Amino acid sequence: MTQADAGHTLLEMRDITKTFPGVKALSGVTLTVRRGEVHAICGENGAGKSTLMKVLSGVHPHGTYEGEIRFEGKECRYRSIRDSEADGIVIIHQELALSPYLSIAENIFLGNERAQRGIIDWNLTNAEAARLLARVGLAERPDTKVQTLGVGKQQLVEIAKALSKDVRLLILDEPTAALNDEDSGHLLDLIRSLRAQHITCIIISHKLNEIAAIADSTTILRDGQTVETLAMHGAEPVSEERIIRGMVGRSLDQRFPDHTPSIGEEVFRLQDWTVHHPVDGSRVVVDHANLVVRAGEIVGIAGLMGAGRTELAMSVFGRSWGTRISGTAYVRGKPVDVSTVGRAISAGLAYASEDRKRFGLNLIDDIKHNTTAAALGKVSRSGVLDQAREYKVAETFRRRLGTKTPTVDAVVGKLSGGNQQKVVLSRWMFTDPEVLILDEPTRGIDVGAKYEIYTHINALADAGKGVIVISSELPELLGLCDRIYALSQGVLTGEVPRAEASQEVLMRYMTKEKEVARR
Amino acid sequence: MSEPVPAGGTGLDTQPGLETAQTPRATEDVAKRTNLREYGILGALIIIVLLFQVLTGGKLLQPDNVASLIQQNAYVMILAIGMVMVIVAGHIDLSVGSIVAFIGGVLAIAMVNWNLPWLLAVILGLAVGVAVGAWQGFWVAYVGVPAFIVTLAGMLVFRGLAIIIVGETIAGLPSGFVAISNGGLLGLLGYAGVLDVFTLVIGALAIAAFVAGQLRTRRTLRAHDLMVEPRGAFLAKLVVIGLLIAFFTWVLAASAIGMPYVLVIVAVLILAYAFLMNRTVFGRHIYAIGGNVHAAVLSGVNVRRVNFRIFVNMGLLAAIAAVVTTSRAGAGIASAGVNYELDAIAAAFIGGTAVSGGVGKVSGAIVGALIMGVLNMGLSIMSVNPAWQQAIKGLVLLAAVAFDLLNKRKVAGA
Repeated sequence: MTQADAGHTLLEMRDITKTFPGVKALSGVTLTVRRGEVHAICGENGAGKSTLMKVLSGVHPHGTYEGEIRFEGKECRYRSIRDSEADGIVIIHQELALSPYLSIAENIFLGNERAQRGIIDWNLTNAEAARLLARVGLAERPDTKVQTLGVGKQQLVEIAKALSKDVRLLILDEPTAALNDEDSGHLLDLIRSLRAQHITCIIISHKLNEIAAIADSTTILRDGQTVETLAMHGAEPVSEERIIRGMVGRSLDQRFPDHTPSIGEEVFRLQDWTVHHPVDGSRVVVDHANLVVRAGEIVGIAGLMGAGRTELAMSVFGRSWGTRISGTAYVRGKPVDVSTVGRAISAGLAYASEDRKRFGLNLIDDIKHNTTAAALGKVSRSGVLDQAREYKVAETFRRRLGTKTPTVDAVVGKLSGGNQQKVVLSRWMFTDPEVLILDEPTRGIDVGAKYEIYTHINALADAGKGVIVISSELPELLGLCDRIYALSQGVLTGEVPRAEASQEVLMRYMTKEKEVARR
Repeated sequence: MSEPVPAGGTGLDTQPGLETAQTPRATEDVAKRTNLREYGILGALIIIVLLFQVLTGGKLLQPDNVASLIQQNAYVMILAIGMVMVIVAGHIDLSVGSIVAFIGGVLAIAMVNWNLPWLLAVILGLAVGVAVGAWQGFWVAYVGVPAFIVTLAGMLVFRGLAIIIVGETIAGLPSGFVAISNGGLLGLLGYAGVLDVFTLVIGALAIAAFVAGQLRTRRTLRAHDLMVEPRGAFLAKLVVIGLLIAFFTWVLAASAIGMPYVLVIVAVLILAYAFLMNRTVFGRHIYAIGGNVHAAVLSGVNVRRVNFRIFVNMGLLAAIAAVVTTSRAGAGIASAGVNYELDAIAAAFIGGTAVSGGVGKVSGAIVGALIMGVLNMGLSIMSVNPAWQQAIKGLVLLAAVAFDLLNKRKVAGA
């Protein structure tokens, strides 16, 4: 980077406000990126990072947001990703978008084929691809199928693809979240070398050590607003603590029902629980997790995106996620078999998924059938259903949880998020479990319904159940849980009782690096 | 795992129609709509019957034509029952026509070449059907090969096996076996004029059972404060369906064979499978898998086992269809059952089974099968060219499914 080039503003986003029905995702966000710098954006889950990048790249077209975007001095009114790519703004999403059965070269030039009158020039394609691969430091032949590459190498192909489009601003969304340490290191080196080639980068990351290592400036978002932009190489070096303070600096303003826990004996324990990635079997996703839940206790699991929260829960619940799972689960002190969902339910476990539409409910069926789905044995005799009992059960839970619906014959897909979540809770309460794992129990639910859900969670604990709550909203965990575990990259890095818990403390554990944690 | 959508999608917290649904007026509308969906297909059947009654100059509903309508279409109804289950679970079965031919061959060889008593041969045939179903179920459920591929393979394999074991035709089946699809219960309780009393008694019992069942259901719904149809609609339904059964009984009682044996078989199967789908854990699991397989897995449903059993069951029903078909023809024929799978699939879809799975009823598929059967029969009586018959059936299938989709879209938009 020549010093003369640096300092000029490449991108300016001013007063960006983006409203979704009912929610203000961004309000008056300002972002200024200088030419040739690596600019990090960080913030909690839901702070608005991805929305901001979608506004920039034209996924949310001009006119659907307020504010102004200036790129290289001129105002931009992108209507689609094509428009922003034409200006050299390329975004690489966390979920890579490569076609697995096509070759590297085919992927690089997909939609941008090296062709004359519709006939592809394969020699030119492969030659150019080889040149791009050399630039990103990927030693693979251009005709290699992308399917055979690991995630790290696929990421490099994505970057090569971006370079092929004459990129001037490269946006990387959580680029290292799915990578192992070696691949992450390689990627960071590549970003440095791209900087030397005058390519400006925006990097969205949860890994604060990486940000500290690579970023020239860091913009922190919180609740859809810009908190501050830190110059990383100023007179005073910016610490991870400093970034964390910016990310969480908000008071507990949500309201939670009062609850005095009465905590009894241990109901659930997980020992040395280790899970590997189902596709990349060498990647450890949950690493020797040990946790304990007592009767009447609400235990939180905090972790940033990709930390392995859902993976941990689903692997325990009948090995629904992951391969090469090892470790032992104990219910009331006895080791239990949780190798299938059926066995996990029999052992006294319940798991309510974070994505109730995809993994929770049969949306085309009614409330009563969804309520009894996990415990049909309780409403049947030798395989024959007692429909009158089924009605009664569904009706009982409808009343107890206050599900708003005229009858339990209503189709679940038409209920609101809060009422759907109550149906999910009904289902798992009816199985009468010892331990309930609630994954993002209030996601997509309005504030009033959240309060109700919290009340029911408290009631479950008071009934002597052990409750595990997974949430990406720290205030929710702080308001609800008696004890909180922090998960960082598959490792339980900390265990904090309610009295000592704060967002700063949790965030410190949540961003703790693997090596430190393993010590 | 993923960052929450800042808003939109899951953030929407609206309850379309729920506030208004609590007013009596709206509740009535919902009930009407449900009725329309449920009875629309039945109405279509009645209209088609009346249409052909007129077009054929009254020949369609002549007693002997009604009896042979049932005998000729029993195989579609039997296969459609299994096909509904397969499709509701999100699969398809293309092999049933070939399985019918293969098991028909087994039946014929058992009776003609091995001289087995026909009842024993039938039991052997059913056992082979179960084995064939288990074979296909294994590949679908435990290996994970899509049912489309497994049953496409099955279609080729079993057609080939049928030709290998049968050659072309094995004739000379015992008369007891042939009677299954060609005879009926006649004169058991004597005659009242030209009418068979036994058939009349069965018809009366059927009406009584239907009315009693409907009343019981209505009482149960009432007891749980659930939506019931308005009294008028309910009574109209009882009267219309009662009259239909009565008319049908009267026609059959005047036929040359009385109550066809196959009608007894089909009726038992309909009742048994309607019960299986509505009232048993197995049936519920089928709907759960078709509705949302991920949710079913996470609710502890053993999806593999359920899928396996669905195909075993389909094999069994294909074997029953083979018995009926072989009996009707009086011979094992290698080329029997061609396009039966398509008839069954069409019947299921005409009867309101959802293409995407999760929705479908045995009764609907039966009505769908009858629509196809009446079309066949009526067009044959009118001596319409078979090529045209095929084309017309195709258009009816297309129209039925398109109508269902449009209807659903309207309901969703309402």
